[in-house]
Amino acid sequence: MHTLTLAELARKLRAKEFSVTELTKALLRRIEASQPRLNAFITVTAESALAQAAASDRAFAAGTAGPLTGLPLAHKDIFCTRGVKTSCGSHMLDNFVSPYDATVVEKLAASGMVTLGKTNMDEFAMGSSNETSWYGPVKNPWDLKLVPGGSSGGSAAAVAARVAPIATATDTGGSIRQPASLCGVTGIKPTYGRVSRYGMIAFASSLDQGGLISQTAEDAALVLGAMAGFDPRDSTSVETPVPNYAAELDKPLTGLKIGLIKEFFDKGLDGAVEKCIREALQVYEKLGAKLVEVKLPALPLSVPTYYVVAPAECSSNLARFDGVRYGYRCKDPKDLMDLYKRSRGEGFGAEVKRRIMTGTYVLSAGYYDAYYLKAQRVRQLINQDFKRAFGEVDVLMGPTAPDVACSIGSKASDPIQMYLNDIYTIGANLAGVPAMSIPCGFVRDLPVGLQICGPHFAEAKLLNVAHAYQKETDWHRRIPAAFKPEVLS
Amino acid sequence: MSNASGWETVIGLEIHAQLATNSKIFSGSATAYGANPNSQANLVDLAYPGVLPVLNREAVRMAVKFGLAVDATVAERSVFARKNYFYPDLPKGYQISQYETPIVKGGAMLISVDGAEKTIRLTRAHLEEDAGKSVHEGFHDFTGVDLNRAGTPLLEIVSEPDMGSAREAVAYARAVHTLVRWIDICDGNMQEGSFRCDANVSVRRPGEPLGTRCEIKNLNSFRFLEQAIEFEVRRQIEILEDGGKIVQETRLYDPDRDETRSMRSKEDAHDYRYFPDPDLLPLEISEEWIRKIQNEIPELPLARRTVFLANGVALPQASLLTSSRELAEFATATMSGNTDPLLPDVANWITGVLSARLNDENLDISSSRVTPRQLRGLVARTADGTLSNKLAREVFDAMWAGEGEADDIVARRGLKQISDAGELEKICDQVIAANAPQVADYKGGKEKAFNSLVGQVMKLTRGKANPQQVTDILKRKLAI
Repeated sequence: MHTLTLAELARKLRAKEFSVTELTKALLRRIEASQPRLNAFITVTAESALAQAAASDRAFAAGTAGPLTGLPLAHKDIFCTRGVKTSCGSHMLDNFVSPYDATVVEKLAASGMVTLGKTNMDEFAMGSSNETSWYGPVKNPWDLKLVPGGSSGGSAAAVAARVAPIATATDTGGSIRQPASLCGVTGIKPTYGRVSRYGMIAFASSLDQGGLISQTAEDAALVLGAMAGFDPRDSTSVETPVPNYAAELDKPLTGLKIGLIKEFFDKGLDGAVEKCIREALQVYEKLGAKLVEVKLPALPLSVPTYYVVAPAECSSNLARFDGVRYGYRCKDPKDLMDLYKRSRGEGFGAEVKRRIMTGTYVLSAGYYDAYYLKAQRVRQLINQDFKRAFGEVDVLMGPTAPDVACSIGSKASDPIQMYLNDIYTIGANLAGVPAMSIPCGFVRDLPVGLQICGPHFAEAKLLNVAHAYQKETDWHRRIPAAFKPEVLS
Repeated sequence: MSNASGWETVIGLEIHAQLATNSKIFSGSATAYGANPNSQANLVDLAYPGVLPVLNREAVRMAVKFGLAVDATVAERSVFARKNYFYPDLPKGYQISQYETPIVKGGAMLISVDGAEKTIRLTRAHLEEDAGKSVHEGFHDFTGVDLNRAGTPLLEIVSEPDMGSAREAVAYARAVHTLVRWIDICDGNMQEGSFRCDANVSVRRPGEPLGTRCEIKNLNSFRFLEQAIEFEVRRQIEILEDGGKIVQETRLYDPDRDETRSMRSKEDAHDYRYFPDPDLLPLEISEEWIRKIQNEIPELPLARRTVFLANGVALPQASLLTSSRELAEFATATMSGNTDPLLPDVANWITGVLSARLNDENLDISSSRVTPRQLRGLVARTADGTLSNKLAREVFDAMWAGEGEADDIVARRGLKQISDAGELEKICDQVIAANAPQVADYKGGKEKAFNSLVGQVMKLTRGKANPQQVTDILKRKLAI
């Protein structure tokens, strides 16, 4: 039953083919069995999951079950969950048990979903390979020697290995789409402001957005509606009504104008990956879509822009981790300065420190104009590029990542190479527009992701476009050999 | 202002007025003073992971109200920025403030010192959050942190360097203090830290460019403000006259030793790395809202003072009466209409007898036991000659004790002044007849004897005789 999609699970639970408790127990067993190899979870909340499952079964018996009742999910460990360790992948918060629920957690729990646990991630969501986690790297289910991508590597690996049917994730520069691409699953980063950031531990506030990693676009459509919406506790969330995403999934694509981002099909793109993407585009042509090449000339500047804006915000956002009120505190501090220096020095990992230092530098007196202010101006240009493009086309398409998954350790010592992993995904974050990654084939037996990007609040359109492709193909139904039901029960 | 030694003092003030909102500027916690440590700090105030600030609309309304009251420009769009530094009483590691685009720009305050009026220009006023408090007492080897105050809304009001003396600085600070209380945006309680001043002080030779300034932080009384500036001016002049240089630095005033001491120099100054707070959208204020707030602004102290002056109240009394809205309202309530010939007397009573009584009993005007209506009744009876000053004081005391209206007290106690000429003539005749030696002394040139005769008349009438009439009658009858 764990190979079923969320939509299939929902149908079977309603048909009472199995109970929520049976489903939950099966998934908890599978998580436990996969954990030594996959390391996708930081915390498994078996006890509360079974309690939620029992409550869901009672709701089914009483006829009060809603569309999401009893459906299992995992939360990226960046979402605060009341009474549960919320580590953000960091030694700094290894001892932090959140006293409150993030809005996303609260909403999905209220919809009746069952939380299986908290997934592993790059420390404070800073990384593209999941190697910066204090809890050790997550492995790519397709090849355990490879990275799953990051920072939502745990969520992507868990869904790819079918140990959780769906998982929340966050995307600051590609942290949903890039691991979704590398693990052969579906990922959606909604429009900035669509999903509340309250209780989602901040990395770069102007870029962070919560979303989902799922097997299918249909599954994402089911859950996104319950997750999205204005939150009075998040001033940057937007008061735009949430549409019924599932209702628009099956619209025909006839006449759809797809823009191919010229700048993405450049020499940095692996040839075999490009071939995969071009084949996927042919499927869309068959579905009645038109392909147009569009230029986003400022887009190649997105990586340097991002690596000014994101570290600047993170250097300030992470100042609260000072060993005073919660989290890691060094042993026997001599004085205040010693407390700060050692708590932060020992509590944060190398990548986090690198970004805090970069961010502190670009905000410093004398450098602010040259870096931070200039980056903000380039961000405006990138914004305008997207706006112009969406005046011409309905959606933009291109690769999610320049290549398939690399081996663990191969890029860990070279931050620039690592940062270039996000070259195709960062633009959507800078512009705040929604974007997805869907599986579109394999290169060297590893999954490739097609990126689809739309104008602000076009999530319904993206899900519709993705779903149309998934009805024609079965890339999203492939399961890594080591996690097929006959191998891992 | 140039002093005797040929130096000119230049002062600018930064005033932090705590806005009188019920909850904090970015969280729902209460702002009441004096609660148990950390009992008014929620997850947002404690800067828990994942929490976000939400702007308190009421704080914005108050800032706009201030801007309108000082004739400033209220920015349709202003931006919150983060001021980054580490300190235990600053849980987020940054303070949310406004930097490049404040909510209020420009504006001015009129002050008067020794009868001379002067305009002090405002640079800006911006919204920000207060920090918590470090508590050193009662702990061994460590410091406690109380975050009740963290996140309390502040309006930082920055003046141009337009003040030329400590007295002008105090007059300006008092004017701002009066205004923020007048428009109900700050309780003005300086002991509780609701109104604090930082003074930027420099000196120069007249005509020369501005000298290097020092900033004196956290002056929480007008007296300390005056003393600190006076000390600082002397200190700077001494250094310069000895051929030294002023070092730009932040200083603290020690009231016990009446001196300022260096806190940190410019080199030690933090690089605050200000940048726009990405958790808060730019603050946009509609013209419609500004108009609505404009309508909430009461008549301001200066306008009210003009009314009092037009009614014949002297400047010192008019200034005193407009030093608080409650006093001004009391005086206005005591008036019979927009123009009132009795107003000068009313003003004298409020700033004199009533204020003294309030002071004695440590009450403020809102707790006065004499109502405006009662006071007006009393003033009317003095003006029409019914009561002498002495009797009026007696009636006032009776009113204070709760005996009711002036007319009732006069009737009940039989205090009406005797102004009937025929009756007074008779009494004077009796006194002259019964005091032959004094009459002789007076006629012999002893002026003092006359007072004794007046005293006898007053005694016979138990003080109710109209003293002026008695004097006139006796003088006429004893005319040589």
